Amino acid sequence: MDMHATKKKLGIKEKYAHMTRGLDWETSYQPMDKVFPQATFEGIKIHDWDKWEDPFRLTMDSYWKYQAEKERKLYAVLDAFAQNNGHLGLTDARYLNAIKLFLTGISPLEYVAHRGFAAAGRNFPGVGPRVACLMQSVDEMRHAQTQIHALSNYNKHYDGFHDFKHMLERVWYLSVPKSFFDDAFSAGPFEYMIAIGFSFEYVLTNLLFVPFMSGAAYNGDMATVTFGFSAQSDEARHMTLGLECIKFMLEQDPDNLPIVQKWIDKWAWRGVRVLTLVAMMMDYMLPKRVMSWKEAWEIYFEQNGGALFADLARYGITMPECLKQCSIDKEHIGHQAWATFYQYGGAAAFHTWMPSDDEMDWLSAKYPNTFDKYYRARFTHWRDEAEKGNRFYSNTLPMLCQVCQIPMLFTEPDDPTTICYRESDYDGEKYHTCSDGCKHIFDNEPQKYIQAWLPVHQIYQGNCFPEGTDPTVEGFDPLAKVLEWYHFDNGHDNLDFEGSRDQANFAAWRGMATKNT
Amino acid sequence: MSKVFIAFQRNEDTRPIIEAVLADNPHAEAIESPAMVKIDAEGSLVIKRESIEELIGRSFDLQELQMSLITISGHLDEDDDQFKLSWLN
Ligand SMILES: [Fe+2]
Ligand SMILES: [Fe+2]
Repeated sequence: MDMHATKKKLGIKEKYAHMTRGLDWETSYQPMDKVFPQATFEGIKIHDWDKWEDPFRLTMDSYWKYQAEKERKLYAVLDAFAQNNGHLGLTDARYLNAIKLFLTGISPLEYVAHRGFAAAGRNFPGVGPRVACLMQSVDEMRHAQTQIHALSNYNKHYDGFHDFKHMLERVWYLSVPKSFFDDAFSAGPFEYMIAIGFSFEYVLTNLLFVPFMSGAAYNGDMATVTFGFSAQSDEARHMTLGLECIKFMLEQDPDNLPIVQKWIDKWAWRGVRVLTLVAMMMDYMLPKRVMSWKEAWEIYFEQNGGALFADLARYGITMPECLKQCSIDKEHIGHQAWATFYQYGGAAAFHTWMPSDDEMDWLSAKYPNTFDKYYRARFTHWRDEAEKGNRFYSNTLPMLCQVCQIPMLFTEPDDPTTICYRESDYDGEKYHTCSDGCKHIFDNEPQKYIQAWLPVHQIYQGNCFPEGTDPTVEGFDPLAKVLEWYHFDNGHDNLDFEGSRDQANFAAWRGMATKNT
Repeated sequence: MSKVFIAFQRNEDTRPIIEAVLADNPHAEAIESPAMVKIDAEGSLVIKRESIEELIGRSFDLQELQMSLITISGHLDEDDDQFKLSWLN
């Protein structure tokens, strides 16, 4: 008789324990505090790294197996999309502008996140978080690569996709997401985990990916949905890491609470400000809309974030004070941001436009308290003027917030007709911020934020022209020179959607795809 | 009690998973949007390996969920037999 003595396989709990408990060692050539020099300066006290538990208990073999499978699925879709001219199945060429903003403003941050988690993992003396950070670091690299690959198909056909890396380091609105990540990366490893792992990944990432990717599906962009959901499938693991990290810090020592709370307050507000760009994408840039920014905020922040903070209350964590302002802001920020980009549409690497009557009706229905009262008349006026040939472009430059780097476009919480300015004095200079939240952050760490590279200041200082530019020559056009330095194709990448090369090409190619002439 | 949730891509792999989750968690509610399904549940939500295996007729490793997971909310506890989300308050 054949006897099968199958060895019993290890369960995931045991496998995870072997990987994260048995493989580490105490260094002997160098003392541990020299090997991990960033582990203590932030003031976070850790007594027992073995208390760290990754609830997914993912081991390296499963990690590579599932990630490889995800890649195979993703690239099969990307190939099919490209081979079948998938771009002609989009609802409307206006949609492309949302993904131009995604490629230039978000994909490069995936790469910075890759570096940030690699650094955090290197700096944690505990194996559990080190392994989790390693996996997230590899994930983030994958996100950057797959997004760039997916969107490179659009670069073959449309304007504005050609030089995202160069733009990220220079362009005024891209300094908003860039400075957000630079701010986190230049903090210590624990703050980085609260900034990106917890505040961004756990509290805010759903607001970016879920409604936006669903929106891409709704607008016929199979390539973006696929990379979006493929990235998002890693996100559940990242969110769990963020939550685990905060619980771990709070359980390790009661002295950690005030430090962690301060970071949550800071990073929740930093994140919320960055998401202004997403509010605008959802309410204005998706031709077919899944939900409004306000609805997304209510589901993913008010309900979900509410549940989270109710849960963390047992550690003494409270909901950041500044987030209370968001229940007012949610009805305004998308409109205010789009109005700003419309006016500065000459200096953006994507097209802008005013909504149609139907779209304005949708906005009034979704924003019954604010759209008709504060925005509709202005938008209708701009549209009427554009139809008469007077498309309005602002030729001045806006003042930027010293912290979030967003132009001063937000209004006072209690008066949507007055722009909100806050001012701080530091070392004999005045610094301006857009809100109580940003002012508070500035006042806590002025030495850090006075170093901000603010694009508008830099332009005025003459640092944003191509080499060899002489600003004293007759007829010098500073804006044109700045756009040249940005590598914008002036007249094609920027200006109104109406009359753009994208609009004309999309219409012509779609015509060729459906007719025999 | 707060709600936990889990969202999946909508495809042939997740159809039986969603069916099993809804059967095992009568208090859960599925909300469909383009390309995804979000399942909300008061307090907690459990995904059982056995229930999925019964529907698909093969053995299933719960870590396969990672292939089509979009997002989750709540504390997670996963072992070989179940994947559980809950709020502790
Ligand atoms: Fe990512
Ligand atoms: Fe600000």
